[in-house]
Amino acid sequence: MTRVAVLVERHGDHVAGPTLEALTLARSLGEVVAVWLGGSPDSEAVAALGSYGASEVRVVAPALRLPAALAAALGAATADADVVLVDSTFVNKEIVTRLALATGAGVVVDAAGASIVDGRVETLQTVFAATWNVQTRIVAERAIVGLRPNTTQAVAVSGAPVAAVVAVDFEPPTTREGVVHVEAVEASDGVPLAEAPVVVSGGRGTGGDYALIREFAELLGGAVGASRDATDEGWISHEHMVGQTGTTVTPALYVACGISGAVHHRGGMQASGTIVAVNLDPDAPIFEIADFGVVGSLFDVLPDAMARIREVRGA
Amino acid sequence: MRILVTVKFTPDLQSNRSFTDGAVTRTADDGSMNELDENAVEAALQLVEAAGSGEVIAVTVGGPDAVSAVRKALQLGVGRAIHVSDEAVAGSDVFGTARVLAAAVRRVHEEAPIDLVITGMAALDGLTSMLPTALAVELDWAQLTLASSLSVLDGVATIERHLPDAHETVTAPLPAVVSVTDEANKPRYPNFKMIMAARAAVVETWSLGEVGVDPVSVGAAAARTVVVSAEPRPPRDPQIVTDTGEGGRLLADFLLERGLA
Repeated sequence: MTRVAVLVERHGDHVAGPTLEALTLARSLGEVVAVWLGGSPDSEAVAALGSYGASEVRVVAPALRLPAALAAALGAATADADVVLVDSTFVNKEIVTRLALATGAGVVVDAAGASIVDGRVETLQTVFAATWNVQTRIVAERAIVGLRPNTTQAVAVSGAPVAAVVAVDFEPPTTREGVVHVEAVEASDGVPLAEAPVVVSGGRGTGGDYALIREFAELLGGAVGASRDATDEGWISHEHMVGQTGTTVTPALYVACGISGAVHHRGGMQASGTIVAVNLDPDAPIFEIADFGVVGSLFDVLPDAMARIREVRGA
Repeated sequence: MRILVTVKFTPDLQSNRSFTDGAVTRTADDGSMNELDENAVEAALQLVEAAGSGEVIAVTVGGPDAVSAVRKALQLGVGRAIHVSDEAVAGSDVFGTARVLAAAVRRVHEEAPIDLVITGMAALDGLTSMLPTALAVELDWAQLTLASSLSVLDGVATIERHLPDAHETVTAPLPAVVSVTDEANKPRYPNFKMIMAARAAVVETWSLGEVGVDPVSVGAAAARTVVVSAEPRPPRDPQIVTDTGEGGRLLADFLLERGLA
């Protein structure tokens, strides 16, 4: 039986959505344990991890921030694992690179799925700004896969046994690097951008007015995104930037409002399920990748769209 | 201050980008260095300029095309360019590439000590962001990655690292491997004089043997992953409507019909 370890992402004490997706995928690969780095999970978190298929929650207690230390901790907790699954974040990519160099594992990040084929892990990714589908085989005996959020439907196991909590003995390594200051970023309300099932983004066409964007995002239960233009203008904070160097998103629905669709922006959202665009310029490149587009002003189109949705929902 | 910058040739993305600042229009021989590597070159040039003395060396690994990446770095102002080119490198995964780059860094470091290796945060073709970490591990140097700012004082490098949950300040003694984000600086544009000078500059070409890497330890045969299949995704079939008062309603209906609203 393939042994699969899932690194837990969380928001405070809560298990993050992508981890539930990873656990769901992990169940299709083999026997599943969850790895909790830093502090210890409360009973609610243990219950959540168990109900999505983890038989064990392995806890590495020391609070760590540096990739070298986190990789050592993940390694200590996954020594017996054939497959390690993580959420494909920038930090996790650093951690798994170190883990792979320590263990000889093969790595695929930004994967949209994984399966076992003839005793090895194979993954599916979309590459080159989501214009190609690529199937990759990890030929090494051990595999590490970074999963993109919203690519697996999280499904709980009914009547799953309670997960056992196991403390992992771990001594943090000495590192060359030192963290001399940490300033917490205030979490925005609602679902984090990277994990949101719906993202409504505004760009230059908003002129800096995000009221309609926020209202539409709230109506659809989504997060607010922005183009580089908008964050460079200081209209909205950098945490909202969707793009290859900001946050890469793969929601079920992406709504681009007043965004022309520069190549960097497209690279960060092109793998979204359904793409809708509203833009005054009929030649905006965003329309080339949209499933549905309205050539018009977002200040006209969004209020009408919201009114219609409220009308239908209310009916 | 002696700084080595790793740069990568990326063939596809640049072809359909456009400049907004109205500067140089790129032609074929301008090459296509990964755009995010421009931030790495800029960071290195700024540190050397601030120090008042030093050298910036650009290194790339890859086939014959890859030379245009270091040519671009020369245009931007680096003083020396090295191209590690060997048929055996073809098909390397990130770990193979890191091994070759680390060997090249070690050779340059032996000539005279290097203070920093600076890389871009990712390559816009593959975008895995794994190389800077792999290079730091191969060299057994400190890792200061995803830097949105970088400073060096008294043999210690300090970076700011903007993560989704926190802004960190991280320090490490030199030598260190630093990756910089596109927030770190605004890359300069090459001027005509630099472009002409870069055209005449000599790029050193090194084989794997010259950097002491066993060819069987890199390349496709040593890669831990293989691509089983690759196919273009079907293009989307856009429905585009022009708003004449009904646009919002049509958009809403599109979403409602698909259960998206």
